[in-house]
Amino acid sequence: MTTRSWLRDRPRLLERAYDATLRLARAARPLGIRLGRPRVDALLRPLERTTKGWAFGCRMCGQCVLHATGMTCPMTCPKNLRNGPCGGVRPDGACEVDASTPCIWVQAWERAARMPRHGIGIHELQPPLDRRREGSASWTDELLGGADRTTAAR
Amino acid sequence: MSRFADRIAGSDFLVTAEMRLGDSPSPEPILRQADLLAPHVDAVNVPDCTGANPHVSGLAAAALLVRSGVEPILHVACRDRNRIALQADLLGAAALGIENLFLVTGDDVTAGDHPEARRVFDLDSIQALAVAARLRDEGCLMSGRTLEDRPEFLLGAACNPFAPPFEGRVARLAKKLAAGARFIQTQYCFDVPRLEGFMAVVREAGLHERLAILVGVGPLRSPAAAEFLDRRVPGVQVPRQIVDRLRGVAESRQQEEGVRICLEIIDRVRCVEGVRGIHLMAHRQEHLVAEILERAGLRRAASAPGAAVG
Repeated sequence: MTTRSWLRDRPRLLERAYDATLRLARAARPLGIRLGRPRVDALLRPLERTTKGWAFGCRMCGQCVLHATGMTCPMTCPKNLRNGPCGGVRPDGACEVDASTPCIWVQAWERAARMPRHGIGIHELQPPLDRRREGSASWTDELLGGADRTTAAR
Repeated sequence: MSRFADRIAGSDFLVTAEMRLGDSPSPEPILRQADLLAPHVDAVNVPDCTGANPHVSGLAAAALLVRSGVEPILHVACRDRNRIALQADLLGAAALGIENLFLVTGDDVTAGDHPEARRVFDLDSIQALAVAARLRDEGCLMSGRTLEDRPEFLLGAACNPFAPPFEGRVARLAKKLAAGARFIQTQYCFDVPRLEGFMAVVREAGLHERLAILVGVGPLRSPAAAEFLDRRVPGVQVPRQIVDRLRGVAESRQQEEGVRICLEIIDRVRCVEGVRGIHLMAHRQEHLVAEILERAGLRRAASAPGAAVG
């Protein structure tokens, strides 16, 4: 097993890492405000792309909801479902589109059940994506406070 | 309010049937099918490029149905339209007198004969339901722009109790209810024990009281058709025993055997507490719908609400 697949299947650990990131972001907020959004984004974008790209296959949607989807990136679903899974999941839990990969939403539900703090988030209605934010860093919003990404689709 | 909405508000066992949109650019085949199905059911489902194969537009076909007095349930898939096209089609449907909408994510483009196409999926089915509900309840678009009139939609959604993750399926049903769905039509049911397990959790959550759940059923015309459904249609599983049972009879009797299997499943599905009706998908066997419903004891009275007039 690779380090990556080991890590991906540790939702409790990742959940704690997420909470730690939030605390760190809150602590760094005064600094972030002083630097300003463009500089913070320029700093965090490559960092987020590299780390979350490696760990979760992050596509930089700019509106990260990992903690509400079992620490499994919904953008890696070929249909980009934010409220999955679709009805096409194969009997063995493989993806409708690519039978050689597991459905990420099967993993998400299974992992969310193992997350004591944020696991419940998988029941929330995830709103449509703002496609303008693609390529920007979610961490910038964590740091400076951005649009609320957890409200329902209306 | 649509007649189908009235029927849902009542307590009768509901029957819907799915029509097949083909490759003819003329209205006759569509109306012929509507004539076959409509007198026997509460509403006729009009699919949206089934299996990601382009066919006559569902919006156009549903408008033809409305014009001939048949009440359609229009499928709207997120696969082929972004939020601009989706909202435009929903408003267009309302303008054409189409009030029953069935909002789905849609089979992937790789399921059909244009696998090289761009997949859209700007919204997912749950977000699309919320958008349609907002058009109706708040009279405004996603942008907040206000409509001059509010459309009267009855919203429905799909559910596949037969695909993993089984624990997540009921939770997702609850999401669809929260987003605005009032009726559910499931994927083909060939595994009744699985449905029973699913419905037990649905009842525990009380969802059957707020959602009219119609279970998908349909006759298999041959072992080859059964295997095609199992292997090629996303999300459908046909158990080995059923394929073997079809193969066990002479070829001339396979269609009748398929109808019998379907009737047995209907009988068992009807007994499951919380099931409000069936959704009949008699693909390429639409002429059998009347007979199946007659033999199942689900024949409509002559003045059925879904009956075609004129």
